[in-house]
Amino acid sequence: MCTWIIEKAEMYGSGKGADGWFRLKQANVYYDHPYDAPLDHALIIDFVADPTKPGNRVAVEISADSARRLIKSIEIALGTGVEAHAADLTPAG
Amino acid sequence: MTTGREYEGLMAETVTMKGHDGDEIIAYLARPLGAGPYPGVIVLHHMPGWDDATKEITRKFAHYGYIGIDPNLHFREGPGAPDDVAAVSRAAGGVPDDRCVGDVEGAMRHLRSLPYCNGKIGIIGFCSGGRQVYLSVGRIADLDAAVDCWGGRVIASADQLTEQQPVAPIDLTANIQAPLLGIFGNEDQSPTPEDVNATEEELKKHGKTYEFHRYDGAGHGFFAVDRPGYRPVQATEAWGEVWKWFDRYLKTD
Repeated sequence: MCTWIIEKAEMYGSGKGADGWFRLKQANVYYDHPYDAPLDHALIIDFVADPTKPGNRVAVEISADSARRLIKSIEIALGTGVEAHAADLTPAG
Repeated sequence: MTTGREYEGLMAETVTMKGHDGDEIIAYLARPLGAGPYPGVIVLHHMPGWDDATKEITRKFAHYGYIGIDPNLHFREGPGAPDDVAAVSRAAGGVPDDRCVGDVEGAMRHLRSLPYCNGKIGIIGFCSGGRQVYLSVGRIADLDAAVDCWGGRVIASADQLTEQQPVAPIDLTANIQAPLLGIFGNEDQSPTPEDVNATEEELKKHGKTYEFHRYDGAGHGFFAVDRPGYRPVQATEAWGEVWKWFDRYLKTD
């Protein structure tokens, strides 16, 4: 199906788009037909500065299996990193 | 009878057209290179954007003797690449139904204004575009034929309605004037075979002219030649039904 339903996550950090680095504000996550990847459906993440503007965006379209592997890798990397270093949290304010 | 020596040609280009609220938007138009007159078909792209696949289908219509027009339903979210503006549209909750209907009406007027158009206008859409086909024929009286290819959420529960999509298209069934062809894969999850059956019941109840074709071994989007879900046998049969439908209701010669 085509869906306009997305999960939104507030982001703090940077992304590198077509015009270089920019501050991220939000990640839009959804499972739908990809634009480019040769899949019927893909897990798609748009990291954006401003969801109302088409300019800077870091986009990925990955298979469901890839997405699950990514989740595991993020959890492992995050766990290892936080053990080795203090957790860097989103700055207040 | 064909001799195999007839001249074949088409041209395809971007054009501007007046859409909803008189907004000037961009569309992709493909037409046979001949005097005509030819019927027109509005081709609605899916949620991921005004993409190459839909433009290719628009050219396919020109090859089969129709003027195809593929309005960019995300034009107002731009300027930007089709995938980028689709992302903006999605983040904003999708194409508002009122705006879509206005753009379809604009595309219909644009086609009828062309000197090589016979005045008959059809509409076809895929996926969310299929839903927008059902919506359009429920709200626009003077479309002459329609094809809904696996439109999801024609049936929607109250909690699935949004500010942008406030009405389930199925609730507009009584108003449908255009003969409607439906193409569905029996392995689709949206719409499910049960959704398709319920839609068919509603069309029957209101005495509408329709045909539904259901294909075993096919899921969602089985026309897409560049995706794993492509089903050549089912897609070829279903395209045959599309040409028969539009030829019957739109071709006047």
